[in-house]
Amino acid sequence: MIRLFGISIGLVFAVAVLWAFANGVVSVAPVVSQYGSFTEPTAETVFHRHPKELHLQSDGPLGTWDYAQLQRGYQVYKEVCSACHSMKFLAFRDLEQLGYSPAQVKAEAATWQVPGVNPDTGEADMRPGTPIDSFPSPYPNKIAAAAANNNAVPPDLSLITKARHGGASYVYSLLTGFQPQPAALLKEFPDAKTPPGLHYNPYFANLNLAMAPPLTAEGQVAYGPGNPKPTINQMATDVAAFLTWTAEPKLQKRHQTGWPVLGFLLLATILAYLAKQQIWAAIKPKKTAATGSSDA
Amino acid sequence: MSFPWAREYQPTNGLMKFLDEKLPLPRLVYGAIGAGYPVPRNLSYMWNFGVLAGFCLVLQIVTGVVLAMHYAPNALVAFGTTEHIMRDVNWGWLMRYAHANGASFFFIVVYLHIFRGFFYSSYKAPREMIWLLGVVIFLLMMATAFMGYVLPWGQMSFWGAKVITGLFSAIPVVGEPIQVWLLGGFAPDDAALNRFFSLHFLLPFVIAGVVILHIWALHIPGSSNPTGVEIKDESDTVPFHPYYTAKDGFGLGVFLIAYCVMVFFLPNYLGHPDNYIEANPLATPAHIVPEWYFWPFYAILRSFTVDFFFVPAKLMGVLAMFSAILMWFFLPWLDRSPVRSGHYRPLFRKFFWFGLIPTMAVLFYCGGAPAIEPYVMLSQLATAYYFLHFLVVLPLVSSFEKPEPLPFSITESVLGSDKPALSGE
Repeated sequence: MIRLFGISIGLVFAVAVLWAFANGVVSVAPVVSQYGSFTEPTAETVFHRHPKELHLQSDGPLGTWDYAQLQRGYQVYKEVCSACHSMKFLAFRDLEQLGYSPAQVKAEAATWQVPGVNPDTGEADMRPGTPIDSFPSPYPNKIAAAAANNNAVPPDLSLITKARHGGASYVYSLLTGFQPQPAALLKEFPDAKTPPGLHYNPYFANLNLAMAPPLTAEGQVAYGPGNPKPTINQMATDVAAFLTWTAEPKLQKRHQTGWPVLGFLLLATILAYLAKQQIWAAIKPKKTAATGSSDA
Repeated sequence: MSFPWAREYQPTNGLMKFLDEKLPLPRLVYGAIGAGYPVPRNLSYMWNFGVLAGFCLVLQIVTGVVLAMHYAPNALVAFGTTEHIMRDVNWGWLMRYAHANGASFFFIVVYLHIFRGFFYSSYKAPREMIWLLGVVIFLLMMATAFMGYVLPWGQMSFWGAKVITGLFSAIPVVGEPIQVWLLGGFAPDDAALNRFFSLHFLLPFVIAGVVILHIWALHIPGSSNPTGVEIKDESDTVPFHPYYTAKDGFGLGVFLIAYCVMVFFLPNYLGHPDNYIEANPLATPAHIVPEWYFWPFYAILRSFTVDFFFVPAKLMGVLAMFSAILMWFFLPWLDRSPVRSGHYRPLFRKFFWFGLIPTMAVLFYCGGAPAIEPYVMLSQLATAYYFLHFLVVLPLVSSFEKPEPLPFSITESVLGSDKPALSGE
């Protein structure tokens, strides 16, 4: 009875889903015959590009921080990105992890203005930052941010490399990927012309980005002596490295903890295997020990 | 225990004698997972996953309780407290990655445990109750995992909650009120986040309770084994301790190595980048996908794209998705072959390896892919086979199949002949 019931239910589901499949075939067939693919090509599917390759010292299971690079990246964030992008999950005290001394962090924090309360009047006010303050947002609220940026709110950058496919490579590609719209694109998709106020960038999902190219000239950020030349490529790499750190300040500690843990587990597992072999040796077939003990 | 040769617990010192008289907890442990539980001597490594699943449950409860000390279920701060755990709580990053990847590994282990059951027909008499309780555990796990994924309050948390609770709106007439009642509002917000947190904390302990029943039910007939031949006498068994505690210890080591590679070196590999974007009810992600362990069932849900007579496509998809798991409850009565193990069932074996396994792979892949062609059509074919396999193939195959000869006993399958038990092992 249960089986008859089961077979009929199974057939109902199978017929229903195969009926949907048949409908799918009918609607997909003309698309395939026209374009040779299952979906109609669009400017996004044809011209969107995967992030360029970027190699950072923090990559891979042995990755560590390059503190000089992170400090340069911070400088790029401070002088360029922070004009529009907040970084709310970072506090100034976190900068100590980049190799700055407590005194340097205190001085650095004081160069930023953060929202505060006037101690005399109780009015909302701005005051210099202290190490325990988070990085301030450049806008008082989301509406102000949208109003100042053609209705596109600049995303917070604290987690940006974890929040995008491609991570740091994506950030680097986006910063160095601005270019004129290719003629081939306009020829193939005349309606896909980049709207005014947006900027063509093949590494952005829908190709047209509200952000104007932020890094435009070599030397835009003046690196201190002993640092590489601040080319656009170098600045983009440095800030991508910095944003890898802001997204996960504990990355290096995670790698450094992982290896001893794995080493211990490997040893423990080998010991566990040997213990298991020894315990089972007495009753395992095709072992001399087994025949020996059976005679006893 | 039902085996007369099972060793009896003998307290060795005064404290243990005292305990055994007042509260025989050591006796219970000895009989459940100690030397007092006789187990078939021929279990393969596929029998490691029950113990590993139990380990995962404990791991999830321990890391979860610590995370709950630092987390706040409030839509304004939930995302921020998650980042607070990652950045400012001592070893918080380890707790969170251990918990998130622990959920994934819990599902890996449980899927292997379930598919072991499919291949060796572990659901057949006399083990129906173990199987039924196992399906209950799996359903509870899915509910717990779903609600846990909502807690970080990222984009996938929010939109996942919206899509999944939206499934209930497919129910005719009462669907919409049920969805509003479940969420405590018209969209996921504080009310939903708070109740999900509360239930996410509660359900693991409910799971632990059902796990106890699952193990209790297991101890009535004893463990199954790769031949599917029942235990005949003492020579077919070895005591759980030290034989299987040692084997499970090695299995646990291998499991922990794989798990720690993910936790320490690829902690976000199984996650989705969009969940590092704070929940935003006004911005829908390009592709809403659940966590990987739901992909096969998500693919089934999305396969029903056309109305079927008077049943709307959405309702059909919801019914199919729930039926895809609920029908496992009926397996003991759908599969009537007297032979348990797939090793001795030539026809069943072919349907398992060339039907069910590729189907699950396709459903898994398509469930994670965007809902566009050719993925939808592929998942439609796979969905059709999925239902046919459990509801049509399994009941029918036993009628046509001629099983291969079974070994006389477990001992014969191991030693080649059924000699008496070895003394003093």
